[in-house]
Amino acid sequence: MKLKLATAALSALMAAGPALADLVIPDLSYRTGPYAAGGIPFSDGYNDYFTLLNERDGGIGGVPIRMVECETGYNTEKGVECYEATKGEGALVYQPLSTGITYQLIPKVTADDIPLHTMGYGRTSAKNGDVFSHTFNYPANYWDGASGAVNYLLEENGDDLSGKKIALVYHNSAYGKEPIRTLEELSKKHGFELVALPVDHPGQEQKSQWLQIRRDRPDYVLMWGWGVMNQVAVQEAANIRFPMENFIGIWWSGSENDVLPAGEAANGYKALTFHNVGTDFPVFDDLQKHVVDAGKAAGAGDQVGTVLYNRGLYAAVLAAEAIKKAQEISGNAEITPSEMRAGMEALEMTEEKMAELGLANFGPTFSVSCENHGGDALVGVTQWDAANKTWTLISDFKQTDGEVIGALIDEDSAAYAAENNIEGRC
Amino acid sequence: MPDQLIFAMEVFLNGLMAGVLYALVALGFVLIYKASGIFNYAQGVMALFAAMTLVGIMNGQVPFAHLINATFGTHIHKFGWNVPAFVAIILTMGVMVLLAWAVQRFVMRHLVGQEPIILFMATIGLAYFLEGVADLMWGSEIKTLDVGLPQGINLWIDETTFNIFGYGFFIDNLDLVATVIAALLVTALVAFSQYTKQGRAMRAVADDHQAALSVGISLNFIWIMVWSVAGFVALVAGIMWGTKSGVQFSLSLIALKALPVLMLGGFTSIPGAIVGGLIIGVGEKLFEFAIGPLVGGATENWFAYVLALIFLVFRPQGLFGEKIIERV
Repeated sequence: MKLKLATAALSALMAAGPALADLVIPDLSYRTGPYAAGGIPFSDGYNDYFTLLNERDGGIGGVPIRMVECETGYNTEKGVECYEATKGEGALVYQPLSTGITYQLIPKVTADDIPLHTMGYGRTSAKNGDVFSHTFNYPANYWDGASGAVNYLLEENGDDLSGKKIALVYHNSAYGKEPIRTLEELSKKHGFELVALPVDHPGQEQKSQWLQIRRDRPDYVLMWGWGVMNQVAVQEAANIRFPMENFIGIWWSGSENDVLPAGEAANGYKALTFHNVGTDFPVFDDLQKHVVDAGKAAGAGDQVGTVLYNRGLYAAVLAAEAIKKAQEISGNAEITPSEMRAGMEALEMTEEKMAELGLANFGPTFSVSCENHGGDALVGVTQWDAANKTWTLISDFKQTDGEVIGALIDEDSAAYAAENNIEGRC
Repeated sequence: MPDQLIFAMEVFLNGLMAGVLYALVALGFVLIYKASGIFNYAQGVMALFAAMTLVGIMNGQVPFAHLINATFGTHIHKFGWNVPAFVAIILTMGVMVLLAWAVQRFVMRHLVGQEPIILFMATIGLAYFLEGVADLMWGSEIKTLDVGLPQGINLWIDETTFNIFGYGFFIDNLDLVATVIAALLVTALVAFSQYTKQGRAMRAVADDHQAALSVGISLNFIWIMVWSVAGFVALVAGIMWGTKSGVQFSLSLIALKALPVLMLGGFTSIPGAIVGGLIIGVGEKLFEFAIGPLVGGATENWFAYVLALIFLVFRPQGLFGEKIIERV
């Protein structure tokens, strides 16, 4: 009897404790609450790619991946709780999917020696790896987005924006205010007039802002929105008959969710991106076969190929490639979070590698280093086709203004280093 | 006429229209408070629930499909038919009446005679429960709602004002429709509460539960009726706001827009909700137009509350609220 009890207790302990033979990836998802429509496809894509690696390849380097999902509801406190609850499982990397959670986790992950990946969100100056040792924001950040938009408009206007008026409609929060400083610098450099129009959370009522746009007649409108603010803005732009092709959103304002409610009126709306759109890549055939058709998809399988699903999938691809790099550097198949951080810092995404993964031209090529945790800052532009209900990548992934952004990153990260007594490590 | 004055007139008109939309939400609060003294925290979620149910029925969506599929391993999502908007609205109203019955049967009936704060807490619980049920029933993706309401600039107003002022005013067709519907709704509600037997019974219950019971008024029936009417108002508000932004979970946050309206118009007056809505709508829009650019913009949310607070200082019961008299 004692032997049976001891065996049962040992089995229970083994089941409850971390399985050392797994590569543990937490998924701080938000499948409930006001922003669930954005959180679900990202999380589905993130999970499905790791499921594909498990089903098709037996994991990475022969070690299976174990996903640990924790619901944050896009709430910062819950996000931090999720981090605390899951880090003991041997979590290799966190993708918190929220700028608020990111700011809270930056000091924690540094102390716990666990890497943090904030892809296209979070603290922009974390690109400076000399100061932010455990935070990575490759392949692009908000300031790259601002510069990418201006570069695109420069191209559209024969490299001359002098005398043009650009309005920025932004969510009145830390996130929404991120591009202002960069755009102010770029307006000085290129001679355009910048008009910033804040929209209060949640953004259901924007009549004042769009009446002002109608009166001021800016040549272009940029948008830093999220959630319901995006749908209302696209609808209001259509209502005042603002030309949609002159309306460009950041990548968090550029999913199907944001344009479908406006119907045909949203046709021509543009959004920035750091990854490709659609399912015309060989990896999606594998996903269909090994994950969706096998009934192993994280969701209902109805989000495959949507913008945010692809973003989640791309985040998983980059995490998986960093794991491979970490395994290569350390010589261990079962890596530690510290080894994962080293892998992320040595990550290099080439065209050949993307093609091998069945994702040729899905994302920009870039490399990460000790000093540069943000990659090569390449940004593309997509456009919405309302008739076919599809986004199309209408530009290559192009270089953003490193001169302007680099100076701002140096300034902001130096201030953070001084506040927190951080010494350069590279 | 100076440009700024012309622009201010356009802003004023748009403020009136926005105020009507706020008032539509506030009306639901007023109805329940008037009849039962309960501040219904769940009113915003009821608008969300009603709009989601309407879209779900119109699109032939199977309710609880994800739950059914996860439990039984099936892959059903749609019935394969679409329901016309008018029929779907009637069916949704049926669902809202059922909801009213369930609220009365399982929540309110057990809390008769409790302190108002207890009833308020119960509606907080109801709000979260209803949000979860809506998620399970219809899923959390953003849904397009099209019941045939016109949207976009009203060309007649644009042309007419252009001919007069040399600048065409922007007025959204959807806002004009909302104004007409709100006017009809308020007229019907006032007539109902003043001239029908049930309406008078509702007012009697609001005045004194015990006295109403003693003259044979069924508290259960009145409460179900009031929650049903509030459900109908929530459906109308859900249609208007859902048409603007798509039906999604942040729709429940429109309740935040109703609070200053209630503070200003009074919690017990149906016309007060409309007048309060108009004052808030015009006040916040004009303030944003005139002062917003000087202080960095985004003044509307907080200014609405400041405006309501100023009114509260001078008239605590709101513009149209019943005067608070307490005798020792």
